[in-house]
Amino acid sequence: MRPVYMISGGITKFAKAHPDKDFRVMVKDAYDYTLRDVPRFSKSMIDGAVGSYFSDHFTRQLKAASMVQDYLGLCPKPSKRIEGGGATGGLCFQSAWEAVASGRMNCCVAFGFETMSRVNTWKGNEFIALASDTNFDFPVGGFYSGYYAMMVQRHMHEFGTTVEQMAMVSVKNHANALYNPYAQKAKRLTIKQVRESPMVATPLTMEDICTMSDGAAVCVLASEEVAGKVCDRPVKITGVGSGSDAMRMADRPHGRVILLPHEQERDYAHLKYPGVHSFRGGRMAAKLAYQMAGIRKPGEELSFVELHDAYTSSEIQTYEDLGFCRYGEGGRFVESGIPFMPGLDYGLELPKQGRLPVNPSGGLLACGHPVGATGLMQAVFAFWQLQGTIGKHLGNDTLQVKHAKRGLIHSHAGTGTYITVSILEAV
Amino acid sequence: MEPKGTVVLGVDPLIIHDHYEIDYRHSYAEDSPFFIGLSKGKLLGSRCTACRYTFATPRSHCMECGAPTAWHELPLTGRVHTFTTCHYGGEAFLKETPFTLILVEFDGADTLFLSRLKGVEPGGLRIGLPVAARFAKTPSFKVTDVWFEPADPHPPLHPRP
Repeated sequence: MRPVYMISGGITKFAKAHPDKDFRVMVKDAYDYTLRDVPRFSKSMIDGAVGSYFSDHFTRQLKAASMVQDYLGLCPKPSKRIEGGGATGGLCFQSAWEAVASGRMNCCVAFGFETMSRVNTWKGNEFIALASDTNFDFPVGGFYSGYYAMMVQRHMHEFGTTVEQMAMVSVKNHANALYNPYAQKAKRLTIKQVRESPMVATPLTMEDICTMSDGAAVCVLASEEVAGKVCDRPVKITGVGSGSDAMRMADRPHGRVILLPHEQERDYAHLKYPGVHSFRGGRMAAKLAYQMAGIRKPGEELSFVELHDAYTSSEIQTYEDLGFCRYGEGGRFVESGIPFMPGLDYGLELPKQGRLPVNPSGGLLACGHPVGATGLMQAVFAFWQLQGTIGKHLGNDTLQVKHAKRGLIHSHAGTGTYITVSILEAV
Repeated sequence: MEPKGTVVLGVDPLIIHDHYEIDYRHSYAEDSPFFIGLSKGKLLGSRCTACRYTFATPRSHCMECGAPTAWHELPLTGRVHTFTTCHYGGEAFLKETPFTLILVEFDGADTLFLSRLKGVEPGGLRIGLPVAARFAKTPSFKVTDVWFEPADPHPPLHPRP
């Protein structure tokens, strides 16, 4: 495999609805932004594209990625669609990486989008819940927030995680988004406000849960040769990993923890794993990505993280899967302040504030979650962080992580059925 | 009833109401005995014929070793492994809110079963709560033909050791 670089990225503002633009124009907007950012790049250098969108139900158009391909003027170059639930964007990013790493392409465009506003929120929830077993899970009351609520209920039982710790994630991500003009739901919240917002599925409130959105994102990945020719500050993709788990949460077996290099079996002597409280696929993805990137102590060797916080609870669960703390310590990890941005005032006591910022962009909770675009959005924010161009692209550099060397992006599907982890590094 | 003509919801941009409906011939295929079992008051899981791994939600081949499984009758009582009460839901279930979802654990089974819990007092919901299966008198041949209720109608105030 040969080295792969990200040379440009672009996103649309994620919004509740973009009724004035269909998915083709949303992608085109992000694509044009992407091309403008690398003036020496030309369309003739593109060898092919990978498109991602989650749901044919939402889009109401099968083969929609083909329509984007022609709209961008990329026909007759190779193209395909990637679909993998919530991890669709992350899988798309890795598919473009594979095309370049294998030598099949010198330059591959990854584009993603979702149009979720064409149905009401509750019909949308029903569509999403169709990504659970339609014989055994969906008819019981198919609702993803309910599934995640059950998972965190068990996490609280096993480890003593509290709803206040979950609320701190919400406070953090919504406040970070105040400085991200692309975000959909920027606001200053208190723990009390998060807890007092309407209860959706105990213990998750409205402010614990991301919103459906319309939006698009585009990444351009290239070989070293192309990157060197057209990009002043390319970012190297040094690790990719992915994992999976059983579709039905009820089927998650109990076995041994998949260990990361800095962990030992005795750390988890009594932990039944993964059960429904942890994401085995996320741990597998992290292990593989760290292996490829040569990371041994993730908590110390990363500058920032953009992870899939569809729920405040899943951000806490994911700290553990990614090995920033041990299983069971995710709640205390957020309480310590480590995943907050340094120097921002959150109205909270944060003794270790800012050692490893998680979701500086505001994450899914505040940016929104237009499924097929989400994983690529994370890549674009990570790319700008590592280029040091957050100020240029967001109009202010409050969220720029100083001396960002290495970032992690994490995309997550279902109740943990597909998960991707990719590592990006400044060069 | 689908209205005659086109309902225009907006003009700039032009937004119209567009109805979509579909009927499936849905086969439960190899899982059919489970759904027929519900109509007879039985809860059927699967036990691997090779490694004896026991699935509380059926599957005809073992996820651990790949061997065929045999039908295995589960006890009609279990415990709450985890729970949530949904105050919102997908459109199909909105009118049923609030409802309580649980994952049930059974003695002798290695995996869990997703179901609804009914008839629980507010505040009476907890992990470990003993629950008993109840079956619909008139089957609809859906997984909702079974649900659970607290096994003891007068649960003690404090969890048993």
